[in-house]
Amino acid sequence: MTKIATRDAYGKALVELGEKNPNVIVLDADLSKSTKTADFAKTYPDRFFDMGISEANMIGTAAGLATAGKIPFVSTFALFGTLRVGDQIRNSICYPNLNVKIAVTHSGLTLGEDGASHQAVEDISMMRAIPNMTVIVPADAEETRQVIHAAAEYDGPVYIRLGRPAVPVVFDKNYKFEIGKGVVVNEGADVTVIAMGVMLSPAIEAAKELEKEGISVRVINMPTIKPIDKDIIIKAAQETKGIVTAEEHNIYGGLGSAVAEVVTESVPTVVKRVGVEDTFGESGKPNELLEKYGLTKEHIIEKVKEIIK
Amino acid sequence: MAFDEQTLASLKETANTIRKDIVKMVAEASSGHPGGSLSAADILTVLYFNEMNIDPNNPQDPNRDRFVLSKGHASPVLYGALAEKGFFPKEELMTFRKINSRLQGHPSKKSLPGVEMSTGSLGQGLSVANGMALAGKLDNRDYRVYVLLGDGEIQEGMIWEAAMSAAHYKLDNLTAFLDYNHLQIDGRVEDVMNPAPVDEKFRAFGWHVIIIDGHDMNQISDAIQEAKSIKGKPTMIIANTIKGKGVSFMENQVGWHGTAPNAEQLAQALEELNGVKQND
Repeated sequence: MTKIATRDAYGKALVELGEKNPNVIVLDADLSKSTKTADFAKTYPDRFFDMGISEANMIGTAAGLATAGKIPFVSTFALFGTLRVGDQIRNSICYPNLNVKIAVTHSGLTLGEDGASHQAVEDISMMRAIPNMTVIVPADAEETRQVIHAAAEYDGPVYIRLGRPAVPVVFDKNYKFEIGKGVVVNEGADVTVIAMGVMLSPAIEAAKELEKEGISVRVINMPTIKPIDKDIIIKAAQETKGIVTAEEHNIYGGLGSAVAEVVTESVPTVVKRVGVEDTFGESGKPNELLEKYGLTKEHIIEKVKEIIK
Repeated sequence: MAFDEQTLASLKETANTIRKDIVKMVAEASSGHPGGSLSAADILTVLYFNEMNIDPNNPQDPNRDRFVLSKGHASPVLYGALAEKGFFPKEELMTFRKINSRLQGHPSKKSLPGVEMSTGSLGQGLSVANGMALAGKLDNRDYRVYVLLGDGEIQEGMIWEAAMSAAHYKLDNLTAFLDYNHLQIDGRVEDVMNPAPVDEKFRAFGWHVIIIDGHDMNQISDAIQEAKSIKGKPTMIIANTIKGKGVSFMENQVGWHGTAPNAEQLAQALEELNGVKQND
């Protein structure tokens, strides 16, 4: 199975975008080698600004560039690009609805060895609570490529959450990403699993295993957390016995919460959440962390069976 | 170069009109920030009525000069200047801070033409101005970017991130004003959190620094011209000002930072300001 980190796909997509659109500007906060904006910096040095370790200033500068028609992509680690600069994103980008793309990498536990201080598991909750913000979590390399192009074409603030480790390639060029749309990647009638980001592959694997046991699982990839695809959730709630959500994020305020909000208002349905259970992470290898904090295929299977029971 | 008598008188009259609008607006709203608005009235008057290339009929002209009111609570002085300049009807000033108004408590870029940036949460405007200046450089446009900072505001760490960045990127198309009125909500800036020596700090950060009397139209204009001549670095104009300038009972009184005058106080303020117009 081919594995590519979404941050690598981001770096490549930015270079493509830079050629296509001269208004694309990239800002980074001394992490360009890690966020992979370094490729853009090398190819288009005049349109790349290293802001040093000053994330707040980077967000404000991006806002100013956007007022003059530029399309700034701002990159750093997820933690520093959200929790550190919440007020700047809210007041200088979202309130005036400026065309800034915050594309962060090293999100969630799979950042790994750096530990809890760097592992953002609260960012989606925070970003989706800000009016005007669109929140996208690509699951693989091809989806990331399409998300980056779609975000550049969309006029308004977009938060794009990328990861550090290589993850399985799920989609090919025939895949079509659309902002605000979920995608059924596995048809099923008993239970629905809605996953985002690195949890998509375990969700697909879980469905395959459950199928062997005679349990038919619908798997939905939900790249856009806001605006969330209500139709696909309601349909799943109507057609299957319940929903399991899977996210590399705190179970409070992320994908699971967003899905639960939709079903409780329209088709009350059991929603079980696989995610980080309101705790900080720690140092370790990405897979060890996913295992320890309950974010694996097995945990998804367990929740599906709880619904069937 | 000093203004001729007629221009100077006209600018002073405009500043006085804006000051009257400030106190009227705040009184009508029964809320708002008169002190730090009055202290900046002369700076905005020179910028909007003598210096900046802006056209109320073409507020999105890509070549226009930009002004960012980083100390967004001084919105009344910005609204007064924009209305006087013709960006929106003057009658609308009396809707300030009321429901359904375009004149929000702190400036909102989306709601009112002429407002270049939404501000209010302190410390963010200098970075935004940097971004505007960078964009000008990228596009080879010769517009200039002005930003007004409060003296309490520069206690924010983000200001110093932005100060470093503006010098690093040699933003000589950026001119910042510091409204150095020495008062913030909790008292004198020197007592709350002393930012001095501001001139040495900005020089050390790589800025060209000019110190002026922020109520002297000639000094304001001369400093702006000097800033335009400086190549390779941004300019900080430290404008020594009086909080509440023009209304005797508000001058240098910390209590008038965010307090609205009552009817009697408004009448007294207007009487004083009307007197300035007649005698000056």
